[in-house]
Amino acid sequence: MSVATAFFYLFSFVTIASSAMVITGRNPVHSVLFLIVAFVSSAGLFLLAGAEFLAMLLVVVYVGAVMVLFLFVVMMLDVDFAELQKSAKRYLPLGGLVALVVLAELALVVGSWTVAPQAVLSTPTPGNLSNTAALGQVLYTQYVYLFQAAGFVLLTAMIGAIVLTLHHRPNVKRQDISAQNARTRASAIENKQVPSRTGVPVP
Amino acid sequence: MVIGLEHYLIVGAIVFTLGMAGIILNRKNVIIIMMSIELILLAVNINLVAFSAQLHDLTGQIFGLFILTVAAAEAAIGLAILVTYFRNRRTIAVEDINMMKG
Repeated sequence: MSVATAFFYLFSFVTIASSAMVITGRNPVHSVLFLIVAFVSSAGLFLLAGAEFLAMLLVVVYVGAVMVLFLFVVMMLDVDFAELQKSAKRYLPLGGLVALVVLAELALVVGSWTVAPQAVLSTPTPGNLSNTAALGQVLYTQYVYLFQAAGFVLLTAMIGAIVLTLHHRPNVKRQDISAQNARTRASAIENKQVPSRTGVPVP
Repeated sequence: MVIGLEHYLIVGAIVFTLGMAGIILNRKNVIIIMMSIELILLAVNINLVAFSAQLHDLTGQIFGLFILTVAAAEAAIGLAILVTYFRNRRTIAVEDINMMKG
């Protein structure tokens, strides 16, 4: 058994085991942490398959950004998760049945597929380039419009998230710049003659 | 023993199944459901990368990239909706999400 085979089995076992822990965990914080383990070990699987750029992207974008966002939200929401978890046992037979059926169907497909002989490769991997360079050459030429569209998807998601979570509190004092600039001496200062030994009534 | 395409496909199929079972098992908890969706997208990505490596064609990895983008956008918007919903209703149970009577 070569080193690559051993690492493949290690990574795939860790991926599957931590995926199972994600869906069965009692505490959602543990679920998020196990999801991080699953993503890191499947990044290892991507490395073994030769997709270095996607592996690094998975670690940086998913583990670094998306999972941290999940962790923030899980820790910010003060929810009684034990209450939500109560019905999991009731759905176990149904969930197990559906999972078994889907797994059996997928196993049948995996066991019996072939590549169509007339299929042509649209972008064959160039042999003399690294994975990242080859991906960049294809992404910025052949798929440049899809790349731009992906950028717009992210922009829309950003604007949508900001619009959804920004809310205006009514009793917070804010700076009003136009009111500040419109102040004059007459509206801000009042001269009073103070008689001796009395005072000025303060409004 | 050489690791072939089938090994990757089996791992992807198992992760996909676990993600789907997670949606059914935790159908009250929106956060776990969103994590299950992330698992399903990860399984799709494993399949795409495996086919891309096997066929020596970069298109699979390009589409893996786009799936990653869409999944990140989905997570951001989903969590934003979740935060807004929790702020209004003080709960995230799925069966309480019925204000729109759809």
